[in-house]
Amino acid sequence: MPKLVKDGAITEDQWTLLDKPDDSPEAVVIPAGCVIVPLSVWQAQKDSLTHRSDIGVWIDSDESAFDLGEDASTLPLVAVNFPGFMDGRAFSTARLLRERFHFGGELRAIGAFIRDQMGYLSRCGVNAFQFEDESIDLTEAMKSLNDFTEYYQASVNQPQPLFRRRSA
Amino acid sequence: MYIYDKYDHDILSQRVAQFRDQTRRYLDGSLSEAEFLPLRLQNGLYVQRLAPMLRINVPYGMLNTTQLRRLARIARDYDKGYCHVSTRQNIQYNWPDLEQVPDILAELAEVEMHGTQSSGNCIRNITSDQFAGTAPDEVVDPRPYCEIIRQWSSFHPEFAFLPRKFKIAISGSELDRAAIQVHDIGLQLVTDNNGEIGFKVIVGGGLGRTPVIGSVIREFLPRLEVLNYLEAILRVYNLHGRRDNKFKARIKILVRAMGADVFAEAVEQEWQQIKESPSTLRDEDFDNAKAFFTEPAYETLNDDAVQTALEQQSADNRAFSKWLERNVRPHKVAGYAAVTLSLKPTGIAPGDITDGQLEVIADLADQYSFSEVRTTHEQNMVLADVKKSDLFALWEAARSAGFATPNIGTLTDIICCPGGDFCSLANAKSIPIAEAIQRQFSDLDYVYDLGDLDLNISGCMNACGHHHVGHIGILGVDKKGQEFYQVMLGGNAGNNASLAKVLGPAFGADDMPQVVQKVVDVFLENRTEEELFIDTYQRIGITPFKERVYAKAS
Repeated sequence: MPKLVKDGAITEDQWTLLDKPDDSPEAVVIPAGCVIVPLSVWQAQKDSLTHRSDIGVWIDSDESAFDLGEDASTLPLVAVNFPGFMDGRAFSTARLLRERFHFGGELRAIGAFIRDQMGYLSRCGVNAFQFEDESIDLTEAMKSLNDFTEYYQASVNQPQPLFRRRSA
Repeated sequence: MYIYDKYDHDILSQRVAQFRDQTRRYLDGSLSEAEFLPLRLQNGLYVQRLAPMLRINVPYGMLNTTQLRRLARIARDYDKGYCHVSTRQNIQYNWPDLEQVPDILAELAEVEMHGTQSSGNCIRNITSDQFAGTAPDEVVDPRPYCEIIRQWSSFHPEFAFLPRKFKIAISGSELDRAAIQVHDIGLQLVTDNNGEIGFKVIVGGGLGRTPVIGSVIREFLPRLEVLNYLEAILRVYNLHGRRDNKFKARIKILVRAMGADVFAEAVEQEWQQIKESPSTLRDEDFDNAKAFFTEPAYETLNDDAVQTALEQQSADNRAFSKWLERNVRPHKVAGYAAVTLSLKPTGIAPGDITDGQLEVIADLADQYSFSEVRTTHEQNMVLADVKKSDLFALWEAARSAGFATPNIGTLTDIICCPGGDFCSLANAKSIPIAEAIQRQFSDLDYVYDLGDLDLNISGCMNACGHHHVGHIGILGVDKKGQEFYQVMLGGNAGNNASLAKVLGPAFGADDMPQVVQKVVDVFLENRTEEELFIDTYQRIGITPFKERVYAKAS
């Protein structure tokens, strides 16, 4: 079973990622077990999927947290995709999911992000990291989560900016 | 000046360690070229035509003499004994070894300096007025605000992989000396009717391939909300800016595509959601920031007495008098003046400065200007707090060190990018063109007579030399492997910002001094007594210039 980094530890991935359909998201057959479906499939089949507790949704970089909206809080997992690691929209999407839509489940980065982005992603609320490249040494990669111990801005894991904590 | 505390030092030393490890992984092959690229850029490291280039931030242009001496030492130990002041107030080294960059950054961190976010698709160094805190026309000292925004933008987790680079400039004076209308965000400090401080917010200006004057999206933003509001602008841009075409990825393209009103509305909506968040500033936060920018220990001086003495010195010495006229500016405190040290003597690349000169400036600043120095976006340096009674001695010292050329604001105070001699993006060389023009206009009296005249040169359309906002702008272009130069007229960077218009077909390098001469001739023949070049141009238009420059030889 493939592995991923979750909550600062290496764990086995229980979830299957479903690719985006070329067309007809309503016709996609969702297998049993824990499945992360594309946003379009969720939107098309929401009525029949809401009763399942093993459905997650992934949001591509050209899709928006607003398209999932309040649904997020009913899901155990939401993933944000990096088609390329330079595409930084997922940072905003992740933060919106946590701060605007109060998503409390597993927020997973998927796709082509690199380990050097893990610190920033974590501060945007991502707590699970599934590298596209399965050959990556996760023990090594995880070290990047600890590059910094202090930050200037408010973020998902530290809502108080440094200027407020400094003067406290 | 801002002084680091334990938090700042910890963050910066962790950054150095992070980049040291990234460089190690790149050199051992475990980090690919493509993955290392944005990481090195966000630490200031470009790979240039001949060698890497390392860009060091000078936050809003402020340096102390310890930092200046460290910059000199780095120029000596890691480079070829000189560095360059950029058009965004930063310092650039042209010849460092990639392997040594982590060591350079560690040396800089010791003096509270770094290259963090000095390039790459992120929020760059905040720039401002080089006369901040001293200018008589200042409404609000911008430096505490610059520092608050510098901290907010540094290592911001959400905005490190934007569609494109992002530049913020802040002005607190009546006269805009920070070119805020041609930045991604320009912030103008203002006070409302109740005396409350806030910002006029300008978005979507910029030079480069598509020059645009920014749009005002908010006339008055209360200062307490500035970080929330900036966050809203950046979030809208990060989510909606184009990523399919790097030439259309700047915020100016998004603002244009949406329309400034619609963009402003999108920002407003996002801001309403995050307004009053914990990032909202409190009055005490401004007080804390201001405490770093208190006035130095000015003496109480009799301005009339020193002024009389100055006038005598000036009457006795014509060279000194010219320097006073061009390089010395009024100061808000009686008996003081702000001095611009020219880094534009003929024959030296504009903005270049040697290690020895940096140390001389450090000594002068220690002696005459409370140990502080500013860099300017016109690529000069400023001693902002000099007693008028010290001006003559300072002038003599600066003259012997080579930076008292009395040409500030004149035709030979050329803004010029490093161009094809160094930069891998350039289409043409720019430094030799600057030098040829300086030689054409070597008669200082003639140059003074022309008055204020901005001549800006860029070696490619990325416009680091700000050619669109020069009264005379020159752009290097490549035609089938040959270097040519396009001339444009009528740009302006200040309050009445305007973009220059292209004069006509481009010229070869050898023609450039004569072309500029003809443009100047048309000005001289047409000006009225009070007019500066830009005034005459605006009155008579581009046609007379065009006719003269492109006239067939008879």
